[in-house]
Amino acid sequence: MTALDPANGAAKEASPASVQHNDTPQPVPRAEEASDRLMRLIIPAVMLGLLVLLWAWYVSAYDVPHYILPSPWRVAQSLVNDWPTLSSALLVTLKITFMALGLALAGGVGLAIIMTQSRWVELAIYPYAVILQVTPIVAIAPLIVIYAPTTQVAVLICAFIVAFFPVLSNTTQGLKSTDHNLLNLFEMYGASRWQTLRYLKLPAALPYFLAGLKIAGGLALIAAVVAEFAAGSAGANSGLAYRLLESQFRLNIPRLFAALLLLSLTGVLIFALTSAVSHLLLRRWHESAIRREN
Amino acid sequence: MSAVPETASLVTAGRVPASSRPLVRLNGVSKTFSNGTIALKDMTLDVGQGEFISLLGPSGCGKSTALRIVAGLGEPSSGSLDWPTSEHNAAGQPEPEISFVFQEPTLMPWATAFENVWLPLRLKGLPRKAAEEPVMEALSMVGLDQFRDAYPRELSGGMKMRVSIARALVTRPKLLLMDEPFAALDEITRFKLNNDLLRLWQRFGWTVIFVTHSVYESVYLSSRIVVMASRPGRVVSDLAIDAPYPRDEAFRTSPVYNEHCRHTSAALHAAMDGGEHL
Ligand SMILES: Nc1ncnc2c1ncn2[C@@H]1O[C@H](COP(=O)(O)OP(=O)(O)OP(=O)(O)O)[C@@H](O)[C@H]1O
Ligand SMILES: [Mg+2]
Repeated sequence: MTALDPANGAAKEASPASVQHNDTPQPVPRAEEASDRLMRLIIPAVMLGLLVLLWAWYVSAYDVPHYILPSPWRVAQSLVNDWPTLSSALLVTLKITFMALGLALAGGVGLAIIMTQSRWVELAIYPYAVILQVTPIVAIAPLIVIYAPTTQVAVLICAFIVAFFPVLSNTTQGLKSTDHNLLNLFEMYGASRWQTLRYLKLPAALPYFLAGLKIAGGLALIAAVVAEFAAGSAGANSGLAYRLLESQFRLNIPRLFAALLLLSLTGVLIFALTSAVSHLLLRRWHESAIRREN
Repeated sequence: MSAVPETASLVTAGRVPASSRPLVRLNGVSKTFSNGTIALKDMTLDVGQGEFISLLGPSGCGKSTALRIVAGLGEPSSGSLDWPTSEHNAAGQPEPEISFVFQEPTLMPWATAFENVWLPLRLKGLPRKAAEEPVMEALSMVGLDQFRDAYPRELSGGMKMRVSIARALVTRPKLLLMDEPFAALDEITRFKLNNDLLRLWQRFGWTVIFVTHSVYESVYLSSRIVVMASRPGRVVSDLAIDAPYPRDEAFRTSPVYNEHCRHTSAALHAAMDGGEHL
């Protein structure tokens, strides 16, 4: 079902008969839409191919040494040859990022709900959430490394702290922006606190929360990398950031590029995932997820 | 509009006289806001069962404030509200079945027409299955049963207002409070909804308090018009519109209608000249 479906999308006063009349498919916009979707895939792909070609050409034409700029081919080779090391590092980074994101979602939403239920709690907690957010995470990381049992836990805590705030502040904002008339309506119908939260405040906060989720997803990955740099983890349990640094020390630039590639792919994946979740949840009703039709 | 089963056989041929047993009585109700605005001063009004009362007056004369007090949204600063015929709940509060239709449709954008109308029943714990029948009945009363799965953004302004009215009807209220429900609509839609409302009111025998700016709309709909003046908000005249129901488009052009409009206009102008106005 798309918002374009004329069966329930008729945005004008229509008698049942004319609704059925409109039910025939409208080929022109559909075809346009399909080609539009195709172009959105083709153009970036062509662009990517051109850039890689340019890169390959530059490296061979100017004879650039591979420890300065490896050819795309060497990067691909390194990706395959070093896959055992890289994949386990990728797994560590993915695990930390998603665990941090999950904790941030649970903690951020939970705390936002508590804060909007009680003014006291808000006054007591919010300033500290802000302080935690505005202090650069790289500056707190060394302390956290000292207190945390393992480096991985330290990295997880750092990523959590960074991802937590956008979820908290967006959800709080969303919970507070409920339409006052709807609140009056709920009061008039004798809704309990819990009912008001469940049927009114949470759905109203959803778009805000999802915007926070998109930001938090990106930040969790960035923080996981930065924290690993700062914590200086080593050994079997290290993530992509450590492999990246290690490759630099050893002047294994193809592997550095391969690690970098994996990191950006992870970032893209997280972005795509959070955007898809957001679109799925909002597509029927929120302006942000609906194509303009006028 | 499709036929509705005659479950509510409250059809009233002759209206109950206002004086017999008021549904609600406002006893010298005043409301002063914390910033010092006197929104209502000493308002006394008997709302008879089955009456269709319009509150008519210039902007800011306290019509919405009065309506909200009747709805229990905000306490009066002084004076009281009596519900002589209603049952009282555990807390000793009167619990008449009231529904409120706001000036805006006030629908939940994330919920379908069905889910929006279901809301009052859902809050009382009625699951979707059990609510199916009353909700669909309310939707068909306003002619929207075909649009049960439409989201508010897929509906026109008039259709949204009708969903809002269906939501008010689904609890089978005794008292329907409407705050300029049709003010934002075009005239054709407004006339149509006026007629729909009158027909439903006659069929179910509700009591209606209807806030409006429009002399013409109030005369067309009401059995009684309460004219208010501002600063401070108060009642200045109370006019009976004794033209018989059912009223239809022919009534809109009749001399009786014109006569009532002229009379009401004069009362409104007197009210506005009496107080300060914009
Ligand atoms: N929450 C509030 N705080 C302070 N003053 C208020 C508040 N609500 C309303 N007022 C004031 O009370 C007076 C009456 O307001 P009310 O909304 O009842 O007017 P109204 O007759 O419904 O006007 P309109 O026709 O424009 O809707 C106005 O002067 C308004 O400024
Ligand atoms: Mg008003």
